[in-house]
Amino acid sequence: MFTMNPEQLEAFGQELHDLEQRTRKDLGARDVGYIKKVIRVQRGLEITGRALLFASGFAPPVWLLGTASLAASKIIENMEIGHNVMHGQYAFSRDPALATGYEWDNVCPGDQWRHSHNYLHHTFTNVRGVDHDLGYRILRIDESQEWRWPAVLQPAYAALLATFFQWGVALHDVDMPRYLLRPRERTDEQRAKVRGILRKAGRQTLKDYVLFPLLAGPFALHVLAGNAVANLARNLWSFGVIFCGHFPEGAATFEPEVLENETKAGFYLRQILGSANFDGPRWMHFLSGHLSHQIEHHLFPDIPAHRYPEMAVEVRAICARYGVPYNSRSLASQLGSVFRKIVRLALPSRAPAIAA
Amino acid sequence: MEAITSRLLAALAYPRVLDDFVELANPLRARRELRARIVETRRETHDVATLVLETARPFRHRAGQWTTLGVTLDGVRHTRCFSIASAENASRLELTIKALPDGLVTPRIVAGTLDEPLVTLGKPQGDFTMPGEDGQEWPLFVSGGSGITPVMSMLRTLVTTGGADGITFVHFARSAEDVIFAAELERLGRDLDIHVHTGRFRPDALPEGFLDRPTYACGPAPFLAAMEDAYAGARANLHTERFALEAPSSSTTGDVFFRRSGRRADGRGPLLGIAERAGLMPASGCRMGICHSCACRKVSGTTRDVRTGELSTESDVDIRICVSEPVGPVELDL
Repeated sequence: MFTMNPEQLEAFGQELHDLEQRTRKDLGARDVGYIKKVIRVQRGLEITGRALLFASGFAPPVWLLGTASLAASKIIENMEIGHNVMHGQYAFSRDPALATGYEWDNVCPGDQWRHSHNYLHHTFTNVRGVDHDLGYRILRIDESQEWRWPAVLQPAYAALLATFFQWGVALHDVDMPRYLLRPRERTDEQRAKVRGILRKAGRQTLKDYVLFPLLAGPFALHVLAGNAVANLARNLWSFGVIFCGHFPEGAATFEPEVLENETKAGFYLRQILGSANFDGPRWMHFLSGHLSHQIEHHLFPDIPAHRYPEMAVEVRAICARYGVPYNSRSLASQLGSVFRKIVRLALPSRAPAIAA
Repeated sequence: MEAITSRLLAALAYPRVLDDFVELANPLRARRELRARIVETRRETHDVATLVLETARPFRHRAGQWTTLGVTLDGVRHTRCFSIASAENASRLELTIKALPDGLVTPRIVAGTLDEPLVTLGKPQGDFTMPGEDGQEWPLFVSGGSGITPVMSMLRTLVTTGGADGITFVHFARSAEDVIFAAELERLGRDLDIHVHTGRFRPDALPEGFLDRPTYACGPAPFLAAMEDAYAGARANLHTERFALEAPSSSTTGDVFFRRSGRRADGRGPLLGIAERAGLMPASGCRMGICHSCACRKVSGTTRDVRTGELSTESDVDIRICVSEPVGPVELDL
């Protein structure tokens, strides 16, 4: 694993800290104008998508267009709006519509997401046994994770997780198998969380799979199918984006001991070593909620994400100066790397668990 | 039926609310907060301008009241309190605003350099209002500087309802160039008893028998103090409105810990200012202890109300940080 001497590490951290401060000072009308425009476009796509689906019984291309429009709307809402607003990236505006308490179009309740993602995952990124995003409790994603026989089926688990990704996101905060199999060990906190998920999921399901289809009358099945495909497209895309963030070959995982006496600079270094970017055209960055810049997002989680591309230029330069590895490849290559890893780790590792 | 429709619409919009879609067509129609559009920024004097505001639903206030105004500056929403200048039933709400020399918000409002013409409004508030028609004596209005705003709303209201005949209006301005609403006062002065003076407040400028008349006065602190002296024998007749906090003459300092942001600051004066100088952006409104926008949980420590000198020593109470200064170490949930 890459290491630095303490003086170098602190100097490296200081440069990243300065970049963060510089950017934060510059936040203003440009950022708020940007996200408000994105919100308008997303709402427009949602209305268009749902309206087209209502008329979709007349011609298949209308269904296709409506579904695509709704899928794009859901992707933008979850990625560029929901994820980023819920990180507090736009809280500086003090606009209640852009407050951290935003509730997104996803079965995972916003408050639970802010705990499992903003707090646990972002603080303890890639620390084994603490960051539950490391395999979402069902995948063996790192050599150091002990192999058990159910892992041989993990390519199938991964496919299921991708298909129902929003449920994976909602359910991985509470250890569900344990919760279901050992009811006596349930805590009140877990029960409250599960109730929250059921409530949120109920309303999400009611909207997409009952109310909108019923309103469409004779085209109920068209609308139902359109909504299901739009949700599926959002699931597959967000699964892809998020799995490319920390699981490609080269992204490091850590023992809990690294957290002891970790400085801010050490935190920065762990975030860079544990994260991976992917390259691509502008629209791809946009649809990923700029999580294509996972490294910058993990360094500066509450800086508006549309700033990451310009910050990445400086982060890369800083990393190059200190010889810190910076993992960025094409989306296809990162995805391929993740899939190969899932297949490879389905079988026991030949070498003993690698010590960090 | 209406209830069922609104529940259905809410279920269809979930997790958004209907407002999120309504505002695409017309932002003024959103119901979760009262929005208005600045349709004109009318220059009154070299440092005063009137905002003419359009709302989707009529804004109903009583003459003399104030409201909060939320504007966007460099992407950040700022809320301040302003007296309403327009008459009670005017078709458009008007706020007349003076640019404070060291202000962050008011100079930009007066210069018309806000990010966008969309603003938010609070509810009309304040009890500096005229009673119904039970008074025998004609009211007397006295104002100093930009304190003319709420008093002008009263005058305009009386003029539009035809009940202004016997009123007296006395206004003091620093200089002739500083007279707000000069042209309107001159026009109204042809039929009504209106006097405009330049320079400091003088009791001899008040009409004879002023002590017996219900008097509505608004202006800077020294002006109001002089008015109170003049009405020493008839305080019940004097109704006043303050529109600025007197400069706190604080000698105490405190080490303030902002728990949520983990920041520490050392300073004197109101906690709101200390927080802002420390780079925090707590919600705030009137900055003078009226509107409760800045109310925040004090976890521990002693604070003093800068207006009354009253000490707050309890833990876990809500305080208004715009008028509370630290006395020793204080921890806030900010």
